[in-house]
Amino acid sequence: MDDTVTDGEVRRRVEEFLAGRPVPAPGDEDGRLAFLRARFDAGLAWVHYPVGLGGLAGPRELQPRADALFAAAGAPDNTPRRIGIGLGMAAPTILRHGTPEQHERFLRPLWTGEQIWCQLFSEPGAGSDLAAVATRAVRDGDGWLVSGQKVWTSMAHRARWGILLARTDADVPKHRGMTYFVCDMHAPGVEVRPLRQLTGEAEFNEVFLTDVRLGDELRLGEVGQGWAVAQTTLMNERVAIGGGPVPREGGLVGLLARTWREHPELRTPALHDELLRLWVRAEAVRLTGVRLRQQLAAGEPGPEGSAVKLSFATLAQQLSSLEVELLGEAGLRHDSWEFSRPDVVDFTGRGATYRYLRARGNSIEGGTSEILRNIIAERVLGLPAEPRVDLDLAWKDLPR
Amino acid sequence: MSLDLRYGEVEEQLRASVRALLADHCAPAAVLAGLERSGAPDPRLWRLLAADLGLSGLAVPESLGGAGAGACELAVVLEELGRAAAPVPFLGTAGLAVAALTTCAEVPEAAELLARIAGGAVVALAVPFSTAPGSGLTATVAATGNVLAGPVTSVADALGADVLLVPAATGLQSGLYAVDAAAAGVRRTAVVSLDQTRPLCDLTLSAVPARPLALGATAARAVEAALVTGAALLASEQLGTAQWCLDATVEHLRTRRQFGRVVGSYQAIKHRLADLWVELAQGRAVARYAAACAAANDPDAPVAAALAQAHCSPLAVRAAEECVQLHGGIGFTWEHPAHVHLKRARSAALALGGAGRHRARLAELVDLPPS
Ligand SMILES: Cc1cc2nc3c(=O)[nH]c(=O)nc-3n(C[C@H](O)[C@H](O)[C@H](O)COP(=O)(O)OP(=O)(O)OC[C@H]3O[C@@H](n4cnc5c(N)ncnc54)[C@H](O)[C@@H]3O)c2cc1C
Repeated sequence: MDDTVTDGEVRRRVEEFLAGRPVPAPGDEDGRLAFLRARFDAGLAWVHYPVGLGGLAGPRELQPRADALFAAAGAPDNTPRRIGIGLGMAAPTILRHGTPEQHERFLRPLWTGEQIWCQLFSEPGAGSDLAAVATRAVRDGDGWLVSGQKVWTSMAHRARWGILLARTDADVPKHRGMTYFVCDMHAPGVEVRPLRQLTGEAEFNEVFLTDVRLGDELRLGEVGQGWAVAQTTLMNERVAIGGGPVPREGGLVGLLARTWREHPELRTPALHDELLRLWVRAEAVRLTGVRLRQQLAAGEPGPEGSAVKLSFATLAQQLSSLEVELLGEAGLRHDSWEFSRPDVVDFTGRGATYRYLRARGNSIEGGTSEILRNIIAERVLGLPAEPRVDLDLAWKDLPR
Repeated sequence: MSLDLRYGEVEEQLRASVRALLADHCAPAAVLAGLERSGAPDPRLWRLLAADLGLSGLAVPESLGGAGAGACELAVVLEELGRAAAPVPFLGTAGLAVAALTTCAEVPEAAELLARIAGGAVVALAVPFSTAPGSGLTATVAATGNVLAGPVTSVADALGADVLLVPAATGLQSGLYAVDAAAAGVRRTAVVSLDQTRPLCDLTLSAVPARPLALGATAARAVEAALVTGAALLASEQLGTAQWCLDATVEHLRTRRQFGRVVGSYQAIKHRLADLWVELAQGRAVARYAAACAAANDPDAPVAAALAQAHCSPLAVRAAEECVQLHGGIGFTWEHPAHVHLKRARSAALALGGAGRHRARLAELVDLPPS
């Protein structure tokens, strides 16, 4: 890390950048893209990334500063809510395990939002037990042929690329026979079908892969190293979901607090006590995040990140539930059950009942809360793992 | 002697026939398909329950064409309707409306309505579904002579109703009136409801002719009877919701394998489900107690109803949330029925007061003042 990249230095660079490049008019799409590309090239996209790849090799904590300065100047952003999987999961994995060519090819259009990413990990038979993936990738000349079925793939309907975990060797134990690829979502043989969620909309999809040809340049990491590469994705996912810096009363707690302040007629002493309990919890979770990010300023997220996602999910569910409870009669009403395929995953959007329902997914997506508790118990606390029968058998011989 | 909290033979037979009918006509796939409808639920299921099984008049006196049964039998039916998340106006008609009308059955109009219910008519009490027992009659509708005008929001079981029981204010006192739902001047606007299996509507009455059923204290008593009985009965529906959720979850986890093991073999999961079962067993006891008190006109009925709501509302919500969670991704889909129960549980927990209001009500009833 470059410690000459200080708060003041970031401010100076942003100001210099803005002085040399007028902010494009709202609605000017070409101007917006040109602006974002230039911002990437100036190292102000994610300051903790290496020089030349959108960053300044500075501390991660300075990025929100840069974002705030751009926002204050009225500059367009890269619509982060549209590209969460790219930013939060694909990018750190590509950075860590990709070749220079892959860095060059993928990171800039990922960050500018020109290319949307999805995560082709889960399968009908491989959810919590991700290492059980059955999607096969077999050598085909200088590339690979991939076949299988993925499920719960958020935003696959918008995605240009997918991060894909596939089995390349069925004769070794399951963790050792996987390889990680970037899947071309426009390739022949990729079929994306919407899967409707309990909210009525379909953020996620089923993805059927039938003899999809991927060039070897789309392999990320070594053959057989897919599990190790996937760990980078998963660790980052767990801090990406709910781990971002938020101000006090940011997110769901802020929405609940607003409802409380605006509706004195709904208040009861019992609800008040519950509100304050959750407010305290929200602050505790927020400050834990601040502290964790400081510890991680240079390094990569470890198993401790699981706590961030676990707390986020529990809290999101409690907060949204209390808001519905507080609303009383209005909580019986909903806005819409329309079957749509949204562009963004939005935990804080729409009404309280929507948020309540959407929050149910928070403890399932990105690793269930049960699995996160196992990770904390085993990898942080060092408690012995559950007895397992599936670790040493060849994948093809596993009981099903 | 304490009230019998077990199920009697007649109740078990009743349960079996309701369950069989629902298995044929209200399977999860049918309930899910019904979500695509807007407005009132398909009336066919109601007709089968009301006419073929004669359940709409279960608690209507035999002299008026009903079965002359009581809250215990109603509660068993509601358990089954909860298990199936059946989209029928049973709670509103056979529960709340019958309870209200029974308090003023000496009025010919009320007796006639009870007879119509026994014949399968749908009758709804026109109050917001969130109204708690003990809230008093705070009518938003005004009566001038026997003509009503005004709004009522979030009314349950009214979209397909034939008759509405409308609390209305007349000068100094309040009354309970019967209104033909099809009358000119009655506007029912379907509400996009969290629980699509019990869709709500907003009601606007403009210069609607009405027939008075009760005035003053009698009217207040009728509405209170409906709300207390409704709260007691709703607990049984919530019990049914919780039971379905536990059963479905156990069933799923008995066969779902991850990490080379059946997921239900993990102790963390087993303990959670065991705890849920314990809470459900308590739910059954308090719901049965509430029904038995209502049936026997026991002086403890208000306590029993508040107790049942305070326990069973969060029980159903927790069971449904666990059901979604422990099914993993599949539990978060529209195709799986878990969400139907989740939405029903979440809504029912706001209906007729909600656990918080019922705890507050208990505080008054059992003399545990907040300060
Ligand atoms: C909204 C949403 C978005 C998603 N987006 C994506 C995506 O973009 N890409 C992608 O690849 N996946 C995605 N997923 C899938 C998600 O990662 C999986 O659903 C999750 O990992 C659980 O897998 P499963 O659904 O197969 O459930 P299962 O693994 O079958 O789990 C069922 C239940 O058993 C519990 N359980 C399992 N094993 C254990 C154990 N050892 N101990 C205790 N409890 C256990 C689980 O916690 C869960 O409660 C998404 C899911 C949701 C809900």
